[in-house]
This record gives sequence, C-alpha cells and structure tokens, in this order.
Amino acid sequence: MATTATTSQETKLPKILVFSTDKISDPGIDQAGLRKIHYSPSVYVINLPCSSGVKPRWILHALENGFDGVFIAADGHECSYSAKCPEHTNTIIQTAQELMKEKNINTKRIRMAAVCSVCAEPFASHMENFSKILAGIEE
Amino acid sequence: MKERIGVYICHCGGNISDYVDVEELSKMFHKEENVVIAKDVMFACADSNQKDMVQDIQENKLDAIVVCSCSPKLHLHTFRSVAARAGLNPSNYVQVNIREQCSWPHSDRPREATVKAAGLIRAGINRVSFSESLEDIQLEVKKSVMVLGAGVAGMKAAIDLAKSGNEVFLVEKDFFVGGRIAQKDKLFVTGQSGKQIVASLYDEIKKQSNITIFTGTSIEKVSGSLGNFHIDLKVKPRYINGKADKQAVKRAMEECPVEVPDAFNLGLTKRKAIYKNYPEALPDVPVVEAELLKDQPDFTAKFASTLNLNEQEETISLIVGSVLVTTGYENYQPKEGEFGYKTIDNVVTLPELNRLMELNPQKLVYNGKEIKSIAFIYCVGSRQKKGENKYCSRQCCTSTIYTSLQLKEKYKEMQTYHLYRDIRAYGKQEVLYTQSAKQGDLYFKYEDKEKDFPVVEKVGKNTIVKVKDSLTARKELEIEADLVVLVTGMVAREDSTHISELFKIPIGRDRFFNEIHPKLKPVETVIKGVYIGGTCQGPKNVTESVQSSLAGASKITALLKSGTVAVDPIIARVDTDACTWCGKCADVCDYGALKVVEVDGKKVASVNKAVCTGCGICAPVCPENAIEIAQYTDKGIESMIDGFMLDVQIQEKEVNADEVQDENAVGMKEYPQVWKEILAGMTDEKNTIPQIIENSKLKGELVTYHLMTMNKYGVVVPAGMDQKEEYFYYKKK
Repeated sequence: MATTATTSQETKLPKILVFSTDKISDPGIDQAGLRKIHYSPSVYVINLPCSSGVKPRWILHALENGFDGVFIAADGHECSYSAKCPEHTNTIIQTAQELMKEKNINTKRIRMAAVCSVCAEPFASHMENFSKILAGIEE
Repeated sequence: MKERIGVYICHCGGNISDYVDVEELSKMFHKEENVVIAKDVMFACADSNQKDMVQDIQENKLDAIVVCSCSPKLHLHTFRSVAARAGLNPSNYVQVNIREQCSWPHSDRPREATVKAAGLIRAGINRVSFSESLEDIQLEVKKSVMVLGAGVAGMKAAIDLAKSGNEVFLVEKDFFVGGRIAQKDKLFVTGQSGKQIVASLYDEIKKQSNITIFTGTSIEKVSGSLGNFHIDLKVKPRYINGKADKQAVKRAMEECPVEVPDAFNLGLTKRKAIYKNYPEALPDVPVVEAELLKDQPDFTAKFASTLNLNEQEETISLIVGSVLVTTGYENYQPKEGEFGYKTIDNVVTLPELNRLMELNPQKLVYNGKEIKSIAFIYCVGSRQKKGENKYCSRQCCTSTIYTSLQLKEKYKEMQTYHLYRDIRAYGKQEVLYTQSAKQGDLYFKYEDKEKDFPVVEKVGKNTIVKVKDSLTARKELEIEADLVVLVTGMVAREDSTHISELFKIPIGRDRFFNEIHPKLKPVETVIKGVYIGGTCQGPKNVTESVQSSLAGASKITALLKSGTVAVDPIIARVDTDACTWCGKCADVCDYGALKVVEVDGKKVASVNKAVCTGCGICAPVCPENAIEIAQYTDKGIESMIDGFMLDVQIQEKEVNADEVQDENAVGMKEYPQVWKEILAGMTDEKNTIPQIIENSKLKGELVTYHLMTMNKYGVVVPAGMDQKEEYFYYKKK
C-alpha cells in the first residue's frame, strides 16, 4: 500500500486524549471501531482499570504537551469497583480544573461523560461535540 | 529502561493494512533507538508467527515486546503466553490497539489513520520501555467454600462444590432451606413442585459428608481475603430440645395457643408460634418463636422437656477459601393504592395468588368468594416510569402465563384477562404463550405510557379494570374481574446492603449485586474469591439461577483446585518515603486494602496485596503522589502521552515487489499454516475453489476467505473462469 501521511496539525483537528476503562468504556470505544463508526483520527485512548484512577497530573501533562483536550470516558454507575465512582471521578475533574486555572488553561478543555460497554454511537458523538468545543476555544 | 525491544505490526489480513501503511511503519520503527526488531506480520496471532516471536525473543535477547494489532481484549493472554514461553516476563509486553481504535474507525481517512497508528505505536514503545517485571502474587488457599443462601441456586451449587472435593458450609438465614422456590407449586418445564425439588436437593446434600448446613444463621463479621476469609456466623436457637420425642414436638405444635400471620403464605393464613414453613419443610425440626410464648406459662410448663427456651445464640468462626453468594431476591411489594392494592379488597399479587392456589386445591376462594375470573396487570414494580426499578423482571410474564394455564387446569371454568405492555416469553416459554392464547385467555396490550396504565376501580360490589387497548385503537375497555392480580417482579433483598458491606461486593443501580462484566465475567465480583449466582445478581428464572450458581461453583473449584492461587500483580503500591499518612487513600478504598503501619517509627500506608483490586482509586487522592498502580505508573502514562505527540511524515512510495527486503524490517518470513495448506491443495495449473477445497480438505468458507487475502498479497492470482462460468480459477503465483 502506498500512502502519504500527513500530520494531524495539517488537518487542524483538535487532538483529544481519552482516558477509558478496561471493562466498561474501552469495549464501547472498541465497538465504535468494530462497527466502523467514524470519529476524529486525532483521538488517542489510554485505558485504565477505573476512571476514578486518573491522576490530575496526567491531565495537565497532556494539556501542556500538545493535547487540545482531555476526555474521561467514565464508568459512571456501571463501575464494578465502587458505587461512588462518579463522585470520585468528579473530584478528579475538579482538582484538575483547579490546576488548569493556575496554569491559565481553559477549563473547557476537560470533559467527562459516562460511556458504557456498548456506547459506540454516544462515544463518537461525544468526540464530535468535544472537537467542536475545542475548535471554538479562543485563549 | 528497556533497550532491546521487538515491535510486531499486524496486517490482520487486510483489516489493518488496508487502511494503515504497516510496512512503512515497520520500517520507520526499525530505525528507532532501542528497537532491535520491527516487523509487519500477516497475522500476529497465527501459530507460525507466535513461534517466530519466541525465536526472535530468544535469539535477539529481547527484553520487551510491543504487539500492534487488535484490541487487547482479544489477544492479551495470547501474547502474554508467547512472552512467557520465550522466557520473557509477560509484564514486559504491551499491546497496541491499531485495529478497533485506529484502522476501523478511521477507514475513511487512511493517511491520518497511519499517522495515528505511528503515535499509538510510539506510545506503546515508550510504555514498554518503563515496564517492570512483575510476578503473580501466590496465595495459599483453603479448599473450603461458604455458600450464602440455601435456595435452589445455593443448594445445587453446594452439591456441585462438594462433589468436586471442597468442604462446603451452606448458610441459610431462614430456619428452613429452599428459599422462594418452596413457595411455588408446579414449575415449568418439568411440572415438579418447588417442594419436591427442595426435598431432592436436601436429600442429595445429606449424602455429601463434606457439606455442613447452618440454618437460622446470619453473617456477623468478615475479615481476611481470598484463600482465607475469616467469617463469624451467628446461629439462632430453635428452642427445641434436641432429645425430645418427635410425637411430643408434634403435639406441642398442635397445642400451641399463639397464632401469628404466616409469612411463608404471605400473610394469607396464620401459623402457630411453634412452626414449620410447611409440613415437609427441611430440616425436619420445627422452630419456636420464644418471644411469643413469654406469656404462656402453662403451655411452656406442659412442654418443658420438649422445648428448650433457655437455648442461647451461638457464634461460630470459620475460615474458607472462597465465598459464593446466592442470597436470592424479594418480591416487589406494591405501595398502598398502587392499582388498588390494599385499598380494594380483591387485589392481590402474583406470589399471593400462587400461594392461594396451593391452599385451595378444589375451588379458588378469596375473602369468602369463589373466584371465576381474574385480571392480571403486568409489569407492576418493573419498568417503572417514576420508581427506581427501571429494569424488566423478565421471568414474571411467563410465570403469569404458566399460572394462567394452571388456573384453567385446576379450576376449569376460569376466565383470565392479561393486561400487558409487552410479553417477554423467550425460548421454550413461547410455547406457553401459544397454549394460553389457544385456551381462550384474553390479552390486551396497553401503551407503555403512564397515562395509559390500567385503572382498578370498585363500582358497587364489582371490581372493574379499565384499560385502553392498543389493538382496538386505544378504545377503553372495562373488565369486570373477581380478582385482580398484580404481576410483581423481583427486587433486591433488603439485607443485600448488609452483605455488600461485609464482603464489599459492589451493588448496581438496580440494587442487585454487580458482577465484573455481564458477558465476560458474569459471576465474578471485583472482590477476589467472592462470586455471585442466582437472583441476588438480578431477575432470573429457576433454570437461569441454577446455571449461574453452577458457573460460580465451577469457577471456585478451578480457583481452589491446586491449593494456591496466582493473583494479578497489578495492584497499588506505596512510596513509603513520600507517604505522610493522611488516611485519604484508606477513606476512598471500598475494600479496606489500605491500612496504616509503622515503618522505622513513621506512620505510612500499607497495601494488603490479597485484597487490593488494582482499581487505582487511591492514587489520585494522595496529596504526596505516594501511590501508584503497577503498570499504570506516572512514567508509563506520561511517556505514552508524549508518544502520541509523535509528528510523522511518511512519504508516498510505491512498493516494489522485487525489492530485496530487510528481513527484520518487513514481510512475512513464513505464510500462515492455512495458506500453506491451501497452496498444497493447488496444482501448478488453474484451480477452481471446489477443487482446492477437495484437495486441501479445508472448510469451504475458510478457503474462500483466505484466497481473497492471498490474492491481495500476490500469493495466488485469478486466472479467469471455468467454461460454465460458475467458478473463478486461481493459480499459484
């Protein structure tokens, strides 16, 4: 196969880092691929055991090193580890936003939504909406 | 830091390489620092490639590998096993998903898919560079199991566990075994009664010398973890003298002067203060409600040698390797006024009707009136619009239809009306629905909107149910019925919260216990060694309950078989230099895995390896950043983020088939086995697909599928069609 690859910078697509979870949201993201539901190729995924395990410093690291936004594809109430997962994840977002304010990073650059193991379309839709939000941010 | 890394980039037939330029990527990463081998391979998971990988790892002394192919959910264990076979610690392998999360969702933008794949692979290489060799944590386990709940699911699982060589403690909160099934009369498909099933299971249990049954027993305290759960039981007294004559016990039951509503019959009858749930209830020893006999000195004096009212509660401590929770469900209890329940005198629930039917073998009588017509209202307490029970209880439709068939069989002139939103009679149960319709039961569908729900009214002495029938253009019909039966579903037991707190089993929004994954780990909980089965997990019929509890029993048997268990080493760990013990980590840990300990006079957090689930919830809350999860370290994650930022320029290039390729960089060293078999089935001349199938003895669809890919990669070429124009010819290239 012969190709010419371009960088994502050339296509001007906002670069999004997604934190997914092994058992709940990552299978949902996989399913979007399986069903060839298209979303931005500038979306990169790191999967963790639980969305309440995302460290705010990782979010900052991504935003300070070229990512335009960070999306937490949370387990929500489906979490098999903790019934309080949505609260824990929410606290992480709040902490990250505090750190972002200190560094003059727009807090709209972080977003969270529950993504279930069959949420293929919702995930693609979240990515589309988040891309639009990020593209519209003027620092 | 790893310095001898092997990178394998999979074509997956064409699933990846149709959109991602894997050959270009393998060339690119071959030049990377610390990458010794970078290969593109046709099928990374193929046996032949696995053998090559083992050889590569050993010959090149690789210290880490990155496999870039499909989702790790498919082949994580395949490649961990490859690493282990080659003598490489499986933790030094990283899977990069360039199919489900790259080539497929970005099949519309292949060039950008290639750029993304480059970033994903770079991130994988970065991550594996910081990987550590982790060893499974080996725990000694006792070959003993506690089964909580002696309903049909728990009893059957206990037998299975015992037959597999485990010591079993079957613990039941009630004084009699059988649970809800004992309240059922005939059951679909076999026609056996619930009581018959309970009796046969109890008989089987008594034959197993390694099962101990505790009835009237609750769980008081749980500590320990997988392999060594320490559980305290509280055994309530039966207040019957163990040496008492059976006839005397029988007389005491008959002569007991105190009566109370009979919970087993859902309050429809009364029972004595000395009772059995039903005459054949097991164990065959009645129970005395001592509180109720406080004011009966004459009676207790008369039976002083039969009763033992001074008997005390007993606490028993047991150590078990694993726990199977089969605590069952409760029937939904309608609120007062819900479809006339408790406000209109002839409105009952389905479980109440089932008890009434057993208590009325000749003619069905309720409140002194013979019942000849019944209106069933489905989905009461399930699929709620306003309430919390959003789920379908799924077994109630067929339970109602079967009850309707039994009503007609037992009482002949019974007319039933079924007011439903949807009928869910799946599998063999559909036969019942057909039978019911054929016997003249009338079904009325109403819209799944609260304003269209049926209304129960009392008009004079008559009970009328009004329903807007969807099949007659939502015309309101009025049905007069002798009895209105609310088809109530299953709800989680009130005491599940207590069990959840003791064992730390997560509870879902529906308040039933949560498994790890409904499809892939359907009976496992996040608590190592604790499994769930039956209806404590969600609504199920008897068959499904037993299936799930037996699945749990099999998992436990496999777990305890060898006497030791290897536990995943991906758990939390504490940097004791950085930790200042604030307790925040322990506060958010639902499992009690973090405790304070003193190290060299300093208070620090310590992780119980057997208990930690590796969820990572404790890590972000640490103000000193002193906690991390193995394989999810700051270095590892942040290096992945850096890898994603890789900026690549891949120049357009025509692949020259005759070009001498760097063996380590590009191409398959060997075709997959199935290709070899297909080629062996081909002559040097033209071959039709049927000829190849016949010669190779492979399945037709396998040959057809692989020929397409082989054609794409120039291994075979099409060579026109046969004379009848039925088949294409293929020829070896």
